[in-house]
Amino acid sequence: MKRTYLDHIAATPLRAEAFEAMRPFLTGSFGNPQSLHSAGQEALAAVDAAREEVAALIGASAGEIYFTASGSEANNFAIKGLATGQQARGRHIVVSAIEHNSVLNAVKALERSGFSSTLVPVDREGRVDPAEVAKALTKETVLVSVMTANSEVGTIEPVAEIAAVCRSRNVLFHTDAVAAAGNIPLDVKALGVDALSLAGDQFYGPKGSAALYVRKSVRILPLIDGGIQEGGRRGGTENVAGIAGLGKAAALARAEMAARTAALVPLRDRLLDELPRRIGHVIVTGPRANRLPHHASFCVEFVEGEGMLLFLDMKGIAASSGSACTSKALKASHVLLAMGLDHAAAQGSLVFSLIDGTSNGDIDTLFEAFPPIVERLRAMSPLYTQYLKERGS
Amino acid sequence: MMYSDKVMDHFANPRNVGVIADADGVGQVGNPVCGDMMTFYIKVQDGRLQDVKFQTFGCGAAIAVSSMVSEMAKGKTLDEAMAITNDLVADELGGLPKNKMHCSNLGADALHEAIKDYRNKQAGRAKPDAGPAEHHEGEGCACPYCDTALEEENKKVCRACQIEFEECPSCGGITKKGDATCIHCGRPLHAKS
Repeated sequence: MKRTYLDHIAATPLRAEAFEAMRPFLTGSFGNPQSLHSAGQEALAAVDAAREEVAALIGASAGEIYFTASGSEANNFAIKGLATGQQARGRHIVVSAIEHNSVLNAVKALERSGFSSTLVPVDREGRVDPAEVAKALTKETVLVSVMTANSEVGTIEPVAEIAAVCRSRNVLFHTDAVAAAGNIPLDVKALGVDALSLAGDQFYGPKGSAALYVRKSVRILPLIDGGIQEGGRRGGTENVAGIAGLGKAAALARAEMAARTAALVPLRDRLLDELPRRIGHVIVTGPRANRLPHHASFCVEFVEGEGMLLFLDMKGIAASSGSACTSKALKASHVLLAMGLDHAAAQGSLVFSLIDGTSNGDIDTLFEAFPPIVERLRAMSPLYTQYLKERGS
Repeated sequence: MMYSDKVMDHFANPRNVGVIADADGVGQVGNPVCGDMMTFYIKVQDGRLQDVKFQTFGCGAAIAVSSMVSEMAKGKTLDEAMAITNDLVADELGGLPKNKMHCSNLGADALHEAIKDYRNKQAGRAKPDAGPAEHHEGEGCACPYCDTALEEENKKVCRACQIEFEECPSCGGITKKGDATCIHCGRPLHAKS
C-alpha cells in the first residue's frame, strides 16, 4: 500500500545528508568532545561546527546555543532555569493558555515551589494579544513564555510584539519555537527574544537532538547539573552524532526554506479550502494568514479523532488529532478548548501536516479516502443522529 | 498496534450499528467531555433481547466495546444481559489498553440503562431522567496536574496531588479550586464584581 505521511508535527523524516553527517560519530569517530586527544578533538570540531549552523539558522552567535536532548528539555531548561535565575527579583511567570505541556507543566512544577503564574487567553484563531500579555505582567513577573507557532492549529504568534512588551517592562521573554524553527524564517535579534527552543525532528534532523538559545549575558541556571559541557549549563556527554545531524539539518533548512515554503503553501491552502467543501460540518482551526506553511488543521463535527486516525491509517494515511481519546490522559486538547471550541468539536480534531515531497497526488489520495471515513463514523454517531433529528424538527 | 485484532475487527466492522425507532428501551451514557457517548436501543420479546442496536461517539475501543456488548446481549434474557460485566466485555475483546478500560465500562452500562428503561416502562413508571445520563457532565476525567484518572465517585479531588478542583464555567474543564483563571483556557473563573 502506498503510504501518505501527513504528520510533520509528530516527526519529520531524517534527511539523507543529515544521516551522513551523523554516521562517522556512530561508527569510527567515537571520541568524547571533552578529551584532549585527537579522537576527542574530532568530535569537538563536529559539535562546534553544528553549533555555528544552528546559531546561523536563527541569527544567533554560536556561544548562545545550548544543545539539549529534546524540545521538551529545552523548554524545561528555559522555564525553570530562567525563572529560578531571576527569583531574587520576583516569582511570577506569564505564559499563554496554548503552550506545549513541556512549558505548562514546567510552570506547574515551579508553582509547587512557590512561584505563581498567569495564563494569557487566546482568540478564536489561537492568537495571543500582546496587550493581554502586558495586562498580565506584575511587579513580581520575571519571565514570559509564548510559543512562536502552535503545532495543533498552526497559528504563528506575534512574538516580536510580545517581546517588545516584555523588554519595555524589563521582563525576560522565552519563545518555544519547536514547531516553527527550520520551517519559517526566525531571527532572534529581530524578534528581540531572550531565549528560544528548537528541535531537529521538526526540520528533517534526528530525534533526540534539540537546542536552547539564550541571549548572551542572560542568567540561566542549569537543569542538568554536571560537568563543563555546554559552558557548565547543561551537564552530560554531548550527543555528538545527534548534534552533527541537527547542524546539517539547520544548514539545509536555511538553504531550502524558501523553496520548501513555496512548494507546501499551495498544498496547505488546497487542503484548507477544499476539505470543508468536500465534507459538511468541518471547521478550519487556526488562522489563514500567519499560519505554518506545512499545517492544515480541522475539527470534524459529530465524530471523534481516534476513529478517523485508525481508518486513515488503514488507507495508508498518517495524520494526528488532539482528541481526548488519542491522548493517554484522555483529555481534550487544551489548545482547542482555550480557543473557545466545545468539547464535542474538539474531539473531532484532525491535523494534516505536510512534509518535503508531499504532492497534489497525496492530497488527492486523502480527498478520496477521507469523506467515506467521516460518513461511516457519522452513521454510527449518536451526536449526528441527534443533530439530524433536531434539524428535521 | 495498541489494539488486539479482535478490537480492530469490531471497530472496523461493528455489528448492530443503528437506531431502533420503536425501541422498547433506550439507554444513553457518557458525554463528549470524556470522549465517549453511547446509546443502546433494545427490542424485547418473551423476556429476551430480540434485537439490540447502538450508536457510539468515541474512540476505536468505545466502538469495539459497543459492538461486542450488542453481540453478547442479543438473544439473552434480560437477567442474563444484566449480568454482562465490563470485565467480561474486555475479556471477549482480547483485552484493552489500560487507559481505554473506562470505555468498556460504558458499553455494559449503556445496555443496562436500556434494560432499566424497558423495565421502568413495563412497571408503568416514568423514566426518571429523560435526558442523557448526567454523570461526569461538564467535567474532565483526569487530574490536570498529574494526569491520574479521577475516581468516578469523587471527581473534585486528586488524591495523588491533594488538590481540590472546580469546574471552569467557560470551557467545562476541571481546574484548581480558588485560582483566578482556568488552567485550560485562561479565562477568569469568577466574575469580577
